[in-house]
Amino acid sequence: MSFEAILGLGQTAAELGLISALTVLALFVSYSMLNVCDLSADGCFTLGGAVGAVVAISGHPYLSIFAAMAAGMLSGFITAFMQTKLGIDSLLAGIIVNTALYSVNIAIMGSLSKGGSGASMLNMNKTETVFTKVKELFAGGPLGKYNILIVAFIAVTLAVVFISLFMKTRLGLAIRATGDNADMVRSSSINPKIMTVIGLCVSNSLTALSGCLLAQSQKSVSIDIGTGMVTVALASLLIGGAFIGKHKKIPLRAIGVVLGAIIFRLVYTVALRFHMPAYMLKLISSVIVVIAIAAPYIKKKYPEFARRISHKFSKKAEDGQNA
Amino acid sequence: MLEISHISKTFHPGTADAKTALDDVSLSVKKGDFITIIGANGAGKSTLFNAVAGSFFTDSGSILLDGEDITLMPEYKRARFIGRLFQDPMRGSAPNMTIEENLALAAGSGAWLTTVSKKEKEIFRQKLALLDMGLEDRMRQPVGLLSGGQRQALTLMMATINPPKLLLLDEHTAALDPTAAEKVLELTKKTVEENGLTCLMVTHNMQSALELGNRTVMMNAGKIIFDTSGDERAKLGVGELLEKFKEAAGKALDNDRMLLS
Repeated sequence: MSFEAILGLGQTAAELGLISALTVLALFVSYSMLNVCDLSADGCFTLGGAVGAVVAISGHPYLSIFAAMAAGMLSGFITAFMQTKLGIDSLLAGIIVNTALYSVNIAIMGSLSKGGSGASMLNMNKTETVFTKVKELFAGGPLGKYNILIVAFIAVTLAVVFISLFMKTRLGLAIRATGDNADMVRSSSINPKIMTVIGLCVSNSLTALSGCLLAQSQKSVSIDIGTGMVTVALASLLIGGAFIGKHKKIPLRAIGVVLGAIIFRLVYTVALRFHMPAYMLKLISSVIVVIAIAAPYIKKKYPEFARRISHKFSKKAEDGQNA
Repeated sequence: MLEISHISKTFHPGTADAKTALDDVSLSVKKGDFITIIGANGAGKSTLFNAVAGSFFTDSGSILLDGEDITLMPEYKRARFIGRLFQDPMRGSAPNMTIEENLALAAGSGAWLTTVSKKEKEIFRQKLALLDMGLEDRMRQPVGLLSGGQRQALTLMMATINPPKLLLLDEHTAALDPTAAEKVLELTKKTVEENGLTCLMVTHNMQSALELGNRTVMMNAGKIIFDTSGDERAKLGVGELLEKFKEAAGKALDNDRMLLS
């Protein structure tokens, strides 16, 4: 394999890593800060892709990004509304929204064709997007083939800066405290329900942005573009967390999360080179998530287990002597 | 100042588990009062606090604070005028956030999208120094690292950083070791005096129930059964208080914890 080919693979991994890092940052807000496991991320990712595609195909490359984010925000608002006002468990609310979004996404993708039938796929081969715009901008220059990397890098940088600044404001503090101790938020005369709503709106707008950028960079969107995104992103989040640690400052943790996403993609790309079939991605993500969450628990429980075993054996030995 | 009139609360109404936790309770509190509340476990002391703080709405009756009807006001809104400390020192602060961040939220000044100013941090530092626990040098550490006593002292500071109209202390020193409990009680007295706070305090310690404050209320089975202040209270000893309890409740006291303390 030539050096250039390796570089090319590395570039693709970095592109995908950076774009999915936006979803990982979204989970950083909802899962790590707000302590809500938002399972609507799969559907919301696809929603971002669908809305972004439809608006871009209609001829608005820049607006498509904001439209996708707004759609994600709305989806986050609905999930949060179910949790805080309708008494639906947060996991269930995510699953319900996710399921509903399947229909919504097909309807959105079908909205361009006449007759009102849905579509589960849209092509953007000739569509103008931010990626093609940047490509034109650097056309002929050495940066031309890095258009996806440039756009993704800018988006991730903005997201990291935004999260870092936002989490320092009073609103950000209140959102973090809601995930940490809702009682304390209430006694500071802040409504934790509103904090949950705002947090999920922010988080889901990032997820949708991620979906929008992935779809536009691949020049197509399909209904299953977001399938398994929660688990994949959670795996990246936990990898990033393992590198940086929990008690560091927010900006550092946010950067760690982005690194986690990129590392995940790099490892995945390497695994593909070693003839791992592409469909294994989701199985591997699941295993990583299980290991990352279970490891601390098992580590804590291990002494107990060891004690039980040694107790059993010493007892047996004693019985043996007495016999 | 605080007018509780005829409030009742029944948990699990209409079931076999139905329990009347508050039974037509009325209590009138004057501004600057420091009332200690005693009673056996399950007498309704904490339920009374929950009702005043808004953890649930009462089934009937009304609660007025400074003339404002707060009977059906949500808990987080009441928190603006009502400070509260629980027995569990972990309940009042966010463990994964720093002392500074906790205080910033409790102080709650400034717009939503502003950050904590240097001036504010300096005020926090000065106030923390008054606790005499060395917390002023640990402002950037997560609260989870503090001891129970330190956390309760911090919670007290958070609850009173904007002096509330009413301070509810629900056995807030019961879970602390004796030294820490004494320290926190000392800080409580100081804070209440300096800010002229109106305060209700639940305690299981008969001695401090009579020593602290200017009025003592005894509860049993969801009712206020004894209420004493002024000269009558000044002359009262722990033994007599127990007698009063038996007399009013009409039965022997079977709570060891109360007898022993």
